[in-house]
Amino acid sequence: MNHFRTALVTAVVGATALTAAPSFAKDLRIALQSDADVLDPDQSRTFVGRIVYASLCDKLVDITPDLEIIPQLATAWETSSDGTKITMELREGVVFHDGTPFNAEAVAANIERSQTLDESRRKSELKSITSTDVTGEYQIVLNLAGPDATLIAQLADRAGMMVSPTAAAEAGADFGLNPVCSGAFKFEERVAQDKIVLSKFDDYWNADAIHFDSVTFLPIPDTTVRLANLQSGDIDMLERLNATDLTQAEADANIVVDSAVSLGYQAITFNIGNGEKGDNPWGNDKRLRQALSYAIDREALNQVVFEGAFAPGNQAFPPTSPWYNTALPVESADMDKAKALLAEAGYPDGLDLEVQVPNSTEPLAVMQVVQAMAAQAGINIKLTSKEFATLLADQSAGDYTASQIGWSGRVDPDGNNHPFVTTDGGINDSKFSDPKMDELLNAARVAPTTEERKAIYDEAKVIMLDELPRLFLYHVKWIWAYRDNMKGFTPYPDGMIRLENVTWEE
Amino acid sequence: MLRFLIRRVLIALPTIILISIFVFALQKLLPGDPLLVLAGEERDPEVLEFLREKYRLNDPIPVQYLAWVGNALQGDLGTSLRTNQPVTELMAQKLPVTIQLAVMSIIFALMIGIPAGIISAVKKGTVTDYVANVVALSGRSVPNFWLGIMLILLVSVKWQLLPASGYVPLAEDAWQSIRTMLMPSFVLGTALAATMMRHTRSAMLGVLSADYVRTARAKGLSERVVILKHSFRNALTPIVTLTALLFGELIAGAVLTEQIFTIPGFGKLVVDAVFNRDYAVVQGIVLVTAVGFIFMNLLADMMYFVLNPRLREQ
Repeated sequence: MNHFRTALVTAVVGATALTAAPSFAKDLRIALQSDADVLDPDQSRTFVGRIVYASLCDKLVDITPDLEIIPQLATAWETSSDGTKITMELREGVVFHDGTPFNAEAVAANIERSQTLDESRRKSELKSITSTDVTGEYQIVLNLAGPDATLIAQLADRAGMMVSPTAAAEAGADFGLNPVCSGAFKFEERVAQDKIVLSKFDDYWNADAIHFDSVTFLPIPDTTVRLANLQSGDIDMLERLNATDLTQAEADANIVVDSAVSLGYQAITFNIGNGEKGDNPWGNDKRLRQALSYAIDREALNQVVFEGAFAPGNQAFPPTSPWYNTALPVESADMDKAKALLAEAGYPDGLDLEVQVPNSTEPLAVMQVVQAMAAQAGINIKLTSKEFATLLADQSAGDYTASQIGWSGRVDPDGNNHPFVTTDGGINDSKFSDPKMDELLNAARVAPTTEERKAIYDEAKVIMLDELPRLFLYHVKWIWAYRDNMKGFTPYPDGMIRLENVTWEE
Repeated sequence: MLRFLIRRVLIALPTIILISIFVFALQKLLPGDPLLVLAGEERDPEVLEFLREKYRLNDPIPVQYLAWVGNALQGDLGTSLRTNQPVTELMAQKLPVTIQLAVMSIIFALMIGIPAGIISAVKKGTVTDYVANVVALSGRSVPNFWLGIMLILLVSVKWQLLPASGYVPLAEDAWQSIRTMLMPSFVLGTALAATMMRHTRSAMLGVLSADYVRTARAKGLSERVVILKHSFRNALTPIVTLTALLFGELIAGAVLTEQIFTIPGFGKLVVDAVFNRDYAVVQGIVLVTAVGFIFMNLLADMMYFVLNPRLREQ
């Protein structure tokens, strides 16, 4: 009897051990740089909000660290030969946190919500979908206005996050106060500027890969304090460690540091034709913009401001991206070329450039270094520091000459290019307009294969680097630091924290 | 006393109305469009227009203000543009935090400031007086953020005695709650202690040279009784006023300290709200803070009646 019982227990324990956690359950505490905004994937805007969603809301598809699209709630998808229909097979046996089953109807309701909710920020991302057909319990067809190569990548982010249709219908625009998705963790509680608490969802389809009882996200804006909390053990992980704190973190034996080059970039945007101020030497003559670009030593900039931790860049993608045009590498500074270009443009004695810059430490430090470099070529940069909301308003209204601003980056290359430099681009604050650029970037949206798209972007980059409506400077690296008890964390270029297969060992 | 109270409340009303108009107008004067920040990186024009309508930002400013007052009178302070949470709910979450921090800081300030003030008054002109002055003033002069970070590095990271930052509600775990608040309230308390000490000192100096103190000494009372009972009680009035005012200031939030120790109080809320142009939140907090401040003043006035029997008879 006893033997039988032991055998049974061993069998059960063995069976669980195969699938379940090698570690015991724990509350994971993660410090974020700022507080998330509204917790509704259709309304949300902030980066930290997306970090919370990575645990809260599953998406139709996900990405690999190399930016390949892989199944999540959709298990397979196929585009019709004319590119106007995408047929998706959906995962079976998935339920939302409120028990509502996940199926093709739910996907249809989600797409409709993203497209029609007045407050939705996802409309432009899903614009190409004209209608959906539910062709089976777990099969849905997306009908497109025309071929759209960017759509699947959009579904790997907020536009592809599935919320419970029952909860969404009930709460309407207030859904974010009590979000109900189908992710590994469900929403428990939120105290603004204090914490967001999620607890393990027992009916999660991939529950065996989740080894934490709950996750608490704590906004801790001060970077020094964030690190101090990690060192004292009050938190288990933090995102966006300051590049200048790397040495201190790496010196701590209990702390592990991981990083990934982001999808986004930091750049100087020029006003080319936005209002009256677009009519200025810098907007009118690309040679001046080229001169400034030659004056900047991007590697030195990275060394001085970020102790070499970030990635110098000259394109809308980082050099590590599969989309980077390797024929146009980051060049070192060339003062002679810079001066020659200035002289050619009619400014042999140099000229002034007013650049507006957000009034926080990093952008100011970056621009002060650029200012010093440009001065060597005779370009006298004047920095106007503005609070971010003001800077954005002025930039959008065309009340600027140049602006130091970044972009958080998108999985699909379209998102890093098209909105900024096509004539009708939604956020083309430069009002840059070039027929060839329009043609290329529009073609890249509908080109059927990755190879063809890559060739088009390579061509567009040549124009981009010649015209320089945006002068790229560097790419941020996401730097995570965590206690060495945490095992199995994988850095992703989208900066998200994915907790599948992450474990905790005491 | 009742008449006095009613008169004070009536005087306070126009003050509150003026403050709310002033703050509303100031916010509108700020450059920058809240919706450009709110609409997301892509800034979809359709969404922008919808939000402008929804939050009545297309209306003339006086109309916006009156709409806000109308709702406020019915207890509805609007919703946060950023998180969609009702402002009243946001404040209900923050108020206990802020009050706890204020009370604990005041306790620190009183514990340091009053004894230091009494001692330096009694020992006026001696080395003890100077030492007390230097110690108290350095509390004021050392920047809060510096002292805060130093304390975190020493007490939390090095010695691991107290949690580095954060907040635990009193009701949830009283002991842990007090522990997390110890360092921030100490930082705030030391800064206030200097003011407290200087005021105590000068009030005590004034009293110590009074005739009745000389009489008390002449009666042969012990120095302890002379100082604590006869002098200090009479010196209390300015100290009470000051405490009430300092408390009122603390309710408005201690921005830097809250930021360093990541305490979700009013200060942090209002600063973030200003940066995000979260109009309804700023407006709501200012209103509540103004009412709180006026209430503390009123409380101080009433304390005079309790402390000073002569006023009661008038």
